[in-house]
Amino acid sequence: MTYFLLFFEFFKTGLFAVGGGLATLPFLYNISAKYGWFSADSLIDMLAISESTPGPIGVNMATYAGFTTGGILGSLAATIGLVMPSVIVILIIAKILEKFSENVYVKASFTALRPCVCALVAVAALEVFKVSLVDLSKFTSFSKIFNIVNVKSVILFALVLFLTNKFKKHPIFYIIGAAILGIILKM
Amino acid sequence: MKDLLKLFLAFAKIGACTFGGGYAMLPIIQREIVEDRKWCTEEEVINYFAVGQCTPGVIAVNTATFIGYKQKKTAGAIAATLGVIFPSIIIIMIIAAFISGFAENTYVIHAFNGIRAAVSALVVNAVVKLWKSGVKNAFGLGIFLVVFTLSVMFKLSPVYFVLASIVAGIIYYKAGGKVE
Repeated sequence: MTYFLLFFEFFKTGLFAVGGGLATLPFLYNISAKYGWFSADSLIDMLAISESTPGPIGVNMATYAGFTTGGILGSLAATIGLVMPSVIVILIIAKILEKFSENVYVKASFTALRPCVCALVAVAALEVFKVSLVDLSKFTSFSKIFNIVNVKSVILFALVLFLTNKFKKHPIFYIIGAAILGIILKM
Repeated sequence: MKDLLKLFLAFAKIGACTFGGGYAMLPIIQREIVEDRKWCTEEEVINYFAVGQCTPGVIAVNTATFIGYKQKKTAGAIAATLGVIFPSIIIIMIIAAFISGFAENTYVIHAFNGIRAAVSALVVNAVVKLWKSGVKNAFGLGIFLVVFTLSVMFKLSPVYFVLASIVAGIIYYKAGGKVE
């Protein structure tokens, strides 16, 4: 029964959380309050782990919450529940787009959507900068504005930017290298 | 069957290489799917991300489903989706079952701070690629600037920008603009 409820609750989360992994968080608080499967405090730990392990954050959260509640089967029930609405909705859209890909209105929409998505990803990149390159909590006054910059991170950022444009190695090469440098330099 | 396994493995690799959510997946997809395997074009990846912004669920899963469908219809969509979530399930289960205090571990924190700096640079490259295939004329530049400015100033859901852009695109076409 718990497995079915897990599947059902995460199916609802997957269906209504629009806009990426973090959008699932309010739903998880709701589940925690409703069933008491995991505490609201443990959600913070789950989020920290989901953000520091590979994979989509929403999927990581569902796997963790499901595992805490019902072991291996619980985590499978929660994760499959979370992704099933996406798969169904996208399959329907993909079939429609396949049929109407030459339609001028579809083309007109995507002509405007491409720069829109480019801007949205650029804004998301700024958010990533905010957490990784600067530390706003260290802000005291504008005369000491450079204190908030994480010098090591900015140097590593510039280094990776330079290297990726000079050598076309696979992104994971730079990610692993940065992880090792992070440990050596105690970033 | 062999093609489905290829889809599963390609997306399992993408899932395992993605640190920090859907956008961090973009540079890996551009490399694995567009450049190495040529399963779809840069434009198609942006189209999929656009749809993923305003449909429910995790963006990484939506994109995997789309690309999987394009390759091998419904079976391909399921294979790609299972692939992208597979590493998450295994890694999180191991951490949840055996490792306590993972996120507080000093080495994990140092490593992850390094990873974040690298992912920031990779995302910059991804944005440059999106710009090259997305912003091609004054209309595109206008949309980019308006969406960027409003999105920085007001924390609106991406859904509104996506819907407004669709309307703008159709008006642009009606006014005689070139669409592709």
